[in-house]
Amino acid sequence: MSARKPPEIVRYRTSTRINHWIVAISFVLLALSGLALFHPSLFWLGNLFGGGTWTRILHPFIGVFMAVAFALLAFAVGGANRMERRDWQWLRGWRDVVGNHEQDLPEVGRYNAGQKLLYFLIVLCLLALLLSGIVIWRAYFSLLFPIGLVRLAAVVHAVAATVLICAIVVHVYAAIWVKGSVRAMTRGTVSPGWAWKHHHAWFRDVLRGGGRE
Amino acid sequence: MALQSLDIVRRSATTTPSPQAREAHAGEVAKLIDVTKCIGCKACQVACMEWNDLRDEIGSCTGHYDNPADLSEHSWTLMRFSEHETAAGDLEWLIRKDGCMHCADPGCLKACPAPGAIVQYANGIVDFHEENCIGCGYCVTGCPFNVPRISKRDHKAYKCTLCSDRVAVGLEPACVKTCPTGAIVFGTKDDMKQHAAERIEDLKSRGFEHAGLYDPAGVGGTHVMYVLHHADQPQLYANLPAEPKISAMVGLWKGMSKPLALLAIAATAFAGFLHYIGIGPNEVDEDDEAAARREMEETR
Amino acid sequence: MTNHWVDIKNADLVLIMGGNAAEAHPCGFKWVTEAKAHNKAKLIVVDPRFTRSASVADVYAPIRPGTDIVFLGGLIAYLLANDKIQREYVVNYTDLSFIVKDAFTFEQGLYSGYNADKRSYDKSSWDYELGDDGYVRTDPTLADPRCVYSLLKQHYARYTPDMVERVCGTPKDKVLHIWELIASTAVPTRAMTIMYALGWTQHSIGSQMIRTGAMVQLLLGNIGIAGGGMNALRGHSNIQGLTDLGLMSNLLPGYMTLPNEAEQDYDKYIAARAQKPLRPNQLSYWQNYGKFFVSFMKAWWGDAATAENHWGYDYLPKLDKPYDMLQTFELMSQGKVNGYICQGFNPLAAAPNKAKMDASLAKLKFLVIMDPLATETSEFWRNAGVHNDVDPAKIQTEVFRLPTTCFAEEDGSLTNSSRWLQWHWKGANPPGEARSDLEIMAGLFTRLRKAYREEGGAFPDPILNLAWKYAHADSPAPEELAREYSGSALKDLADPKDSTKVVRKAGEQLAGFAELRDDGSTSSGCWIFCGAWGPTGNLMARRDSSDPTGIGQTINWAWSWPANRRVLYNRASCDPSGKPFNPERKLVGWNGSAWGGADIPDFKADENPAGGMGPFIMNPEGVARFFARGAMAEGPFPEHYEPFETPLGRNLLNPDQPQAISNPAARVFKDDREAFGKAEQFPHVATTYRLTEHFHYWTKHVRLNAILQPEQFVEIGEALAKEVGVENGGRVKVSSNRGHIVAVAMVTKRIKALTIDGRTVHTVGIPIHWGFTGVAKAGFLANSLTPVVGDGNSQTPEFKSFLVKVEKA
Repeated sequence: MSARKPPEIVRYRTSTRINHWIVAISFVLLALSGLALFHPSLFWLGNLFGGGTWTRILHPFIGVFMAVAFALLAFAVGGANRMERRDWQWLRGWRDVVGNHEQDLPEVGRYNAGQKLLYFLIVLCLLALLLSGIVIWRAYFSLLFPIGLVRLAAVVHAVAATVLICAIVVHVYAAIWVKGSVRAMTRGTVSPGWAWKHHHAWFRDVLRGGGRE
Repeated sequence: MALQSLDIVRRSATTTPSPQAREAHAGEVAKLIDVTKCIGCKACQVACMEWNDLRDEIGSCTGHYDNPADLSEHSWTLMRFSEHETAAGDLEWLIRKDGCMHCADPGCLKACPAPGAIVQYANGIVDFHEENCIGCGYCVTGCPFNVPRISKRDHKAYKCTLCSDRVAVGLEPACVKTCPTGAIVFGTKDDMKQHAAERIEDLKSRGFEHAGLYDPAGVGGTHVMYVLHHADQPQLYANLPAEPKISAMVGLWKGMSKPLALLAIAATAFAGFLHYIGIGPNEVDEDDEAAARREMEETR
Repeated sequence: MTNHWVDIKNADLVLIMGGNAAEAHPCGFKWVTEAKAHNKAKLIVVDPRFTRSASVADVYAPIRPGTDIVFLGGLIAYLLANDKIQREYVVNYTDLSFIVKDAFTFEQGLYSGYNADKRSYDKSSWDYELGDDGYVRTDPTLADPRCVYSLLKQHYARYTPDMVERVCGTPKDKVLHIWELIASTAVPTRAMTIMYALGWTQHSIGSQMIRTGAMVQLLLGNIGIAGGGMNALRGHSNIQGLTDLGLMSNLLPGYMTLPNEAEQDYDKYIAARAQKPLRPNQLSYWQNYGKFFVSFMKAWWGDAATAENHWGYDYLPKLDKPYDMLQTFELMSQGKVNGYICQGFNPLAAAPNKAKMDASLAKLKFLVIMDPLATETSEFWRNAGVHNDVDPAKIQTEVFRLPTTCFAEEDGSLTNSSRWLQWHWKGANPPGEARSDLEIMAGLFTRLRKAYREEGGAFPDPILNLAWKYAHADSPAPEELAREYSGSALKDLADPKDSTKVVRKAGEQLAGFAELRDDGSTSSGCWIFCGAWGPTGNLMARRDSSDPTGIGQTINWAWSWPANRRVLYNRASCDPSGKPFNPERKLVGWNGSAWGGADIPDFKADENPAGGMGPFIMNPEGVARFFARGAMAEGPFPEHYEPFETPLGRNLLNPDQPQAISNPAARVFKDDREAFGKAEQFPHVATTYRLTEHFHYWTKHVRLNAILQPEQFVEIGEALAKEVGVENGGRVKVSSNRGHIVAVAMVTKRIKALTIDGRTVHTVGIPIHWGFTGVAKAGFLANSLTPVVGDGNSQTPEFKSFLVKVEKA
């Protein structure tokens, strides 16, 4: 046997990776600008956008942009995010998950149950952010809605944003925690070992010529 | 420091205390609008436009005397006319001068995310500093009286300043100065309450048994108060809210949610940190790669 | 005003009727709120509409436009029947005890002496019975069936509360409640003021409406007292000054009258006006008419006015008929007027029947407009679409527009409703080519004089001899004119009691009209203004607001005519012995040797009350008149007549006399009569009025005002709106027999349908103000609708009650 490098496994195609990073950057901008408008102690973050007024102007446009980009992403990966019976079993073993004992867990497909739940959470949050954001978008839309709804939307927007930010923190941490994951979104590939270890069922699919996006 | 009468005691989106050494020992100011004396002549609207250099659009007649039809960035006050028939069948034409109430606990200031865009002076006046305004409209969301208006042109928020510039130099607001019937008076809040009490006594003697002062406690009292013939039914006066208070939604949004959200985010990140330090990364080792290779070859 | 604005604060009761003080006089209205706040005063408003005044009233009652005499006549009957009169006052200070000639009669709405063809009366029977001593016979017990008291009672006996409800549509309980409140002021310690304005004057019986109000006040003893009076709210900052200075076509300054055609003889002219007392020891102050007149003629013609030429009496025109606005435009419509100078006047909008005005102005060869604004009249030839649909090609009138200054751009005096002459200083220089009216008129005069001088003329003397002693002939200074109308001594004036003493040196300003003489030694352009610029200077410029008695008598603030007197007839505030009826609000009193107090006594200053001189010193009777004698065109007692366009078609008070449906003594031109509409085609009663946001047709040129009230609207009640199928904010077409307007419909609870004689009558409120020039939205001139008929005495047009039809537009 020669010492040739094992073949890499393709996890994300280029368009998905580009889209992901568009969404990711948009999210960062939105989180920063949103937090600037949300909490006085973070108002200084608005300076990154050219001051408070520019922050107010840009935030909703970036939001709409991100919503569109995210919708494409969500559709692209949506099929693989359906919850299956084994996912619930996986979830019950969460202690093994955080303790890095995957071997004791049921096999995982393209996405594990945690990723799937995160997916749904993000979809929900973004939907809430988009709708409530339109209601509180003073320059164009707020006048169309009763004041009670505007007030509710402000709360919904704040709560959804908080949940989303927490979710994304988890998402980012997971990428740091599970080594070899980041490459999936940068180069689009993972090592066979990574796939074998974390997404065995998907690994098998790939070997059989399936498992594509 | 600025003019003493413009000492700022509260400032929007500011987490540190404002200078507090000087106090308004003479008492906070208030404008008292005696709706029962008002004849709806709109001189106050003209005085407001003239003093503040405002000129609204020349609108149209919508079947009401209310002109302009609503508050706007150019109309900081306006008369609202309501026809009301009493139980006895007598008609009343209730004319209320609408505008900022200058709440002791201002919903606009609470909602405002821009530091220093909304301030409250020691004398109680709530003022918008448009140069700090970012145009988000949260003040509109926060106001229980539907007063602030966002300009379509510059996207800044505007409302009655209670002529803070005039008051700062010892003058009464322009609307007060011009009111021909003395329906609008200005002074310390205590004096105004006393004046109102006399007016209410007079009104009661004329058969308005529910005459009273509108100084709603829900917003901590206001620095613009009304004498009403029917204080038990403020909504008769072009929907003046009966029990205005900062909406619970706004309270939640600008209250508990702020620290909780930051805490949640920080806690999530910290949990990650603990996990990484305590348990560590989940790495793929050579055995995993070897196992993968085996499986690949088996499949092939 | 008999009283003044500030004095209203002394009232215990305020009746606003025939006016809407809060709307049209918001600044003056402050004194009503003062009376309410500090005097526990009650406010009553009687008006066809629930007005801004009504919004702060204690009691409001609706009334059909034009029926105020029924309401007030009923009140007179009520006061008499219930003896709610101030007896000491009426017996001593009015003509209630006077005996009237037997020949005087009243039947079915017509007084004795009516000539139906001439539409006027032979008034010879309308007078008191004179005794052998030459004085009027009286019966102080008021028992004589021919005394004014008996006749008054008899006359108004028909005006029952039921009749009031039937004719006015005012609910009877409201009527009685209001009457009861008013009757409460019959006691000496309570005062009622009446505030009225064009809601009374703009009727074909307007003067008589006002008279009825005055009669009520006399019965209650409310004339001449603090907080009382008949208070006309003038609609323009200087309209009081206009009438004071004689700008009515039949007047000379100071309410002297132009001679009529028959009065070619100077002495007879004076004698007819300098009336001798009708009762013993009465002042009959008009006896001094000659002094006022001669001093006036000296002011106008100076040295050319001499005893020999009767002070220039021949220079004055002798009227063949009155040349009021309606008459002038009638002549213009007949093509008998070639040129017209419009000074501060917008007749296309302000005179009735715009269509007639359009046609009349088009018959002029030239039209001169002096105005600060581009008025509709100055553009009557311009096609402004539906709002002025004329064909400019067919109009040959040459129009000259002379821009003038406005009041804030010139010095001068304005006379307010209180009769105060208040000097004002200009706040800004005029824009562009604008010149003051003084400059323009002076320029016109000097050119006319030059033309007469060089080319001669039929009778150049009045022009050539006119005194024109101003420093700049082309630009007289306001101060020069003020000194002139106040007056000065032309020679050294000797003390009448001691001829060695000079009381006034030649050239010195006079202190008051008591110094005027009829020998040509004094000059005064307007006797009632004499003293306004006195020996000590310009008293109109005084600004001392001190009020030592606290009843608002700031007698060192500006200057009030006559003689700086603030409350007219103030002698009547004291009982016959000279003690104030109400010591709390003492205006004047007799101290044993002289009259004095918070006001300038309206009386002979040293006249002992024991002499019985009456307080109404301008009347030869010395007392106030319930019986007007020949002073009014329609009759000595006010009688209700329907508006010329009546929704009823008959006069319920005189149902069987067709000549007495509408004012039998009002002048109506043939073409105007033909333009009247009938209730069958035009079933709705219309009334026009001003809004507080605007002043006439001026302020639609001002952006601030246009913002406050941008677009023309009419006010209709909910019932009428339902009938014609229009929603609030929709558009309606309002037509009369003379034209139509289209406007936004303001559907309101404030105008209610009234039940008149069992029928429903709707009222339509038509604010004026809109037109086809200015920055507010263009609209129709409201006078497109109004009828051409004036009050029988003043010829003020009937803008307050006419017939229209309202339709959905």
